[in-house]
Amino acid sequence: MAFFDRFRDKEEARSADVARDRLKVIVSHERRQRNAPAYLPAMQRDILAVIEKYVQVDPDQVQVDLNDDGSHSVLEVNVNLPK
Amino acid sequence: MAKIVVITSGKGGVGKTTTSAAISMGLALKGHKTVVIDFDIGLRNLDIIMNCERRVVFDFVNVIQGDASLNQALIKDKRCDQLYILPASQTRDKDALTRDGVKTILDQLAEQFEYIICDSPAGIEQGAQMALYYADEAIVVTNPEVSSVRDSDRILGILQSKSLRAETGADPVKEHLLITRFDPERVARGEMLTIPDIEEILAVPLLGVVPESQSVLNASNKGMPVVLDEKSDAGQAYLDTVDRFLGEDKPHRFLEAQRKSFFKRVFGG
Repeated sequence: MAFFDRFRDKEEARSADVARDRLKVIVSHERRQRNAPAYLPAMQRDILAVIEKYVQVDPDQVQVDLNDDGSHSVLEVNVNLPK
Repeated sequence: MAKIVVITSGKGGVGKTTTSAAISMGLALKGHKTVVIDFDIGLRNLDIIMNCERRVVFDFVNVIQGDASLNQALIKDKRCDQLYILPASQTRDKDALTRDGVKTILDQLAEQFEYIICDSPAGIEQGAQMALYYADEAIVVTNPEVSSVRDSDRILGILQSKSLRAETGADPVKEHLLITRFDPERVARGEMLTIPDIEEILAVPLLGVVPESQSVLNASNKGMPVVLDEKSDAGQAYLDTVDRFLGEDKPHRFLEAQRKSFFKRVFGG
């Protein structure tokens, strides 16, 4: 019933906000990948191989992005190391 | 100069063919000689939405392969003499379209028509890429839903890199965002992405918003482009969209939830 829905809505995160936030992340990530140079995937594999020589990491815990802010590009490597 | 406009989306089922039928009929009703081409080779559906499925003799592939002339394949709409339909082949596959073949036909159509509307198949593969390759403008049809918005961004990337205009460094394909199946009540409840959210994520100018409407299914049941149902909200939204496409400045409508009666607000329904 609509009357009771009003109370429930306040407690839960509005799903549209979740959708917006998830989309912003994935769309900007995919755009960067699309505009990335062709060597990036190979370089990402090499970086992962070097890290794996020292620590055991899950491949999807390593994120390599090339960000272009107009004047120069920044290579961003994010690694989540296991505890 | 004829304008080539692709109706595309990446994702299937968001309303590309409904939109192609509505926009092409809308342009024709405004007096612009328009042809709408079904690029979904092997899975044609524009004919049944336009109520000419029993009049198809020759198709797009027959013309490309020289088995029929263009004028033999073009079907003149019975409701508006400014509108023609070029149906897709039902028996071939997408490889039957070649860039050279498509170009030859588009060049011939450009001599007779003001607007050439290309109804793209779903996906981002060869068929969809062929539909958008020669486009001057693109209408990207998007539902307010995560997978549709994401796929629209993918197809925008293809428009910006794999169209003829992108490859030759000409002016880029002019992009328009058309949001369909919009439900203001669900937006008000926080259950649906808002228009500004979608505009911000895709960064494409908004051409129109078509509300979720029962009239769309009713129209397709009858093979009638929904713009011919002038009383329907979706039909009016599409007509506004056509006006904006032609350069008119029209406010967006059907963005607000209808006010419900006191009893409905309290007890639901």
